[in-house]
Amino acid sequence: MIRITRKIEFSAAHFYHNPNFSAEENRRIFGKCNNPHGHGHNYALEVTIAGEPDPATGMVLDLKDLKDILQREIMDRMDHRHLNYEVPELAGQIPTCENIAAVIWNLLEPKITSGKLDRIRLYESPDLFVDCTAASTKGNGSGAGSSR
Amino acid sequence: MNLALTRRYRFSASHRLDTPHFSADENRRIYGKCNSPYGHGHNYALEVTITGPVNSETGMIANLADLDPFVEREVIKPFDHKYLNEDVAAFQSLVPTTENVCREIFRRLEKFPAARVERVRIEETSKNSFEIARELEPGEAIGTRT
Repeated sequence: MIRITRKIEFSAAHFYHNPNFSAEENRRIFGKCNNPHGHGHNYALEVTIAGEPDPATGMVLDLKDLKDILQREIMDRMDHRHLNYEVPELAGQIPTCENIAAVIWNLLEPKITSGKLDRIRLYESPDLFVDCTAASTKGNGSGAGSSR
Repeated sequence: MNLALTRRYRFSASHRLDTPHFSADENRRIYGKCNSPYGHGHNYALEVTITGPVNSETGMIANLADLDPFVEREVIKPFDHKYLNEDVAAFQSLVPTTENVCREIFRRLEKFPAARVERVRIEETSKNSFEIARELEPGEAIGTRT
């Protein structure tokens, strides 16, 4: 099996606020991420597809197709957007790295028809990222399933 | 799907690879320039990977406001700008290779109360990295089913 990874970058705004919490709790739990005017990040997304190369083309999937899927599903939806207000899939959720990664997984997973979506890694900054992998992924001790 | 969150930290420290199990000559031969008597240093990068259920109220596996001070207290403060061989008790009797540093850091971090520490990865330089992962139960998948 071969794994192919493609990377995109998008920039978006968000803030963390839970209406079930008091203003004081929101400030205490979410800290500076609670600023109601929002703040932004340059997100980087690595998308890994796993599969066997087609004997005729030598490709697991056409990277041009993957590029188009990422443009349509992720860039058009999230780039230069406010994640709290402009991404319906995140409505009612706190747009943490965990929740954004889960939304991205659910958007991409059904669109990948050559090979299978193996892992996405979403960087909120160079020092913070979330890995999302298929539920059936068995750990192999090397940190896979989520770590690496 | 399974989710895991990784946070990256940095610390700078010096060490010397030398063990009383070997003669001075053997230490020099085995550890080479890492045996230099006054020690040398690195800018280490530390990646800590955690898993656990995503809290539906916060959207988080664990609040970084809890993880950051924990890692700061357990690792960064005792390791940063220190001579590992002398300043960290574990390395007074254990050679501070990055393999052993990895194990010691994992041991310190695995008691994090708010989530499971799945993996610790250390870059000693931009060319060398070392990682240690939690022992899995038979058939267990890493991460969280959501």
